[in-house]
Amino acid sequence: MAGPRTLLEKIWDDHLILEEDGQCLLLVGRHLAHDGSYHAFSALEDRGLTLRRPDQTFATPDHGVPTVSRNVADIADPSQRRVVEALPVNAAKYGFTLFGLNDPRQGIVHVVGPEQGVTQPGLIIVCGDSHTSTHGALGALAFGIGASEVVHVLATQTLWRKRPKTMRITVDGERPAGVTAKDVILAIIAKIGANGGTGYVIEYAGSTIRAMSIEERMTVCNMSIEAGARAGMVAPDEKTFEYLKGRPFAPQGADWDAALAYWKTLPTDPGARFDTEVALDATTLEPMVTWGNSPEDALPVTGRVPDPADAASEVQRAAWRETLEYMGLTPGQRLTDIAVDQVFIGSCTNGRIEDLRAAAEVARRGKAVVPAMVSPGSTQVKRQAEAEGLDRIFKEAGFEWRESGCSMCVGMNGDLVGAGKRCASTSNRNFRGRQGRGSRTHLMSPAMAAAAALRGRIADVRDLVAGG
Amino acid sequence: MIEPFTTLTAVAAPIDAPNVDTDQIAPARFLRRPRKEGYADVLFHDLRYSASGVERPDFVLNQPAYRDARILVADRNFGGGSSREHAVWALVDSGIRCVIAISFGDIFWENSVKSGLLLVRLDEPNVAALRGQLHAQPGAKVTVDLERQCITGPDGRELSFEIEPARKRRLLHGLDEIGVTKRHEAAIGAFEQAYRARRPWLFRHGAAQAG
Repeated sequence: MAGPRTLLEKIWDDHLILEEDGQCLLLVGRHLAHDGSYHAFSALEDRGLTLRRPDQTFATPDHGVPTVSRNVADIADPSQRRVVEALPVNAAKYGFTLFGLNDPRQGIVHVVGPEQGVTQPGLIIVCGDSHTSTHGALGALAFGIGASEVVHVLATQTLWRKRPKTMRITVDGERPAGVTAKDVILAIIAKIGANGGTGYVIEYAGSTIRAMSIEERMTVCNMSIEAGARAGMVAPDEKTFEYLKGRPFAPQGADWDAALAYWKTLPTDPGARFDTEVALDATTLEPMVTWGNSPEDALPVTGRVPDPADAASEVQRAAWRETLEYMGLTPGQRLTDIAVDQVFIGSCTNGRIEDLRAAAEVARRGKAVVPAMVSPGSTQVKRQAEAEGLDRIFKEAGFEWRESGCSMCVGMNGDLVGAGKRCASTSNRNFRGRQGRGSRTHLMSPAMAAAAALRGRIADVRDLVAGG
Repeated sequence: MIEPFTTLTAVAAPIDAPNVDTDQIAPARFLRRPRKEGYADVLFHDLRYSASGVERPDFVLNQPAYRDARILVADRNFGGGSSREHAVWALVDSGIRCVIAISFGDIFWENSVKSGLLLVRLDEPNVAALRGQLHAQPGAKVTVDLERQCITGPDGRELSFEIEPARKRRLLHGLDEIGVTKRHEAAIGAFEQAYRARRPWLFRHGAAQAG
């Protein structure tokens, strides 16, 4: 192929079967499934179709699983229970790899994929969940699809897509103390808007991104969808290879050498052109908090609730007014004066071991004054945290230590925030009713959420850990 | 199975807010019922009904003039967020066949065509003007002509819109995508073989499966 190409273009071309009517038919490298894939398996059966590639299909239950135990009887909603129970039945029937509820490899699908080495650079990965963008942190093109497309992938291992536009977001400079990957992505979304990435695949680049661990890059890529982008990705580098080496589903021996040689060809060529370029200076960032019902409603924790009178348009003004009413906030109120009712630490955004370490580092400095819950992103993360004694730190600080699942990020398993209650959450969406009808969500990093638990209000983590 | 979309003349309802996400269109707690049981009652559930299940008179689709709406005119980023196709199901099961907005959530955009829901992107001034007319004349009708790629507002003005050829064809004929893809079976099989040959490690789960 002539001319310099981007990471995205290289992966796209490598999976392009044919083009028709301006649409590309792409081969899917890995399909990840979860309990919510139930509609698709039902449709597959109704249509008399079968699973084309069991060897490229991997599943684990996450959305509806209980976090109080590993017992399906603890799922209160019978329809939810039925769906969780259907996954092993489908795994047995179709022969795909399942990390079941009682398997030590179970977890949130976007934590488990990388953890098991199922996620690899250069792949096209799809899953019936919008946060599939997480896997882009390892240099894959990964994106969420709806139930009909899950059926399509199950039956054909392919997908139709129009070639996306390319956006490069370059983040440079050293992050100030207290500024995490979550703060970087919230700052990006605040800058470009919740639809700023619509029609694009974002490649994150720059010294700040290079300096991030793979887990931090996952946090950034995870929330690409909250900027409206189809996917987010980071070019694979030595950290990526180091992360993958020895993982159960990563290539071994001679396969590893062959894979590595291929992976090293993937980074964007010098001189490759992006449709849009965005730059961000990491040295000016602060810990971020959302005040509204869109992830774009993010501000530095030192800020104040905006005044609708300052909105840029009449539509925006009306939207802000409704948001403030729903959220129970007053224009001009300091963000650090907002009292919270509860705290959630977990999710595919911030449920990995580094996130729990960061939260525990704050939690060990005091006691939670509001109910606080920690749900590790996977059972493996849970065991690792227990081996490091993080569970004891959390429990001694009054936090609840739960099992792994999507839990209170989406509330489908019954882990809910009550109507009118305010939750400091490490998840990815502050939408109305996201954590339960009438719930009020403020998104922030794990350290900031732990700080909110100790203070009972939104707090600047830098005030708690000043001087380390 | 998928109802073709040709032309539609129907009441249109204005949805003024930006960022109407799929959690609002179809709240998470309703997502596990079988598809055939229908999702009409789920549409905008928590905006439409109070906690005790009573209709909220201020919500646009509860107002008599807009109850029969089959077209929505929204703002930017309609259908952003979760990949749940239930958002599309809730709309089509309620009779909504077309949503006009400045921009849409990417996965919602891909999901819509699978159920014959037409999404139309127009620029901000046109979307705002259309919503203005719908507020001024509650119950006014809008015509959407997919073949000609144009919308006729209550004021009689025609607005043309862009649509990808593949999308247009699938909507016009109610084509099933799996059927379209199956025609390419030979090409897929050959490509798959070549892919396997150049990335053999993807098909050997060695240690993990043996262990």
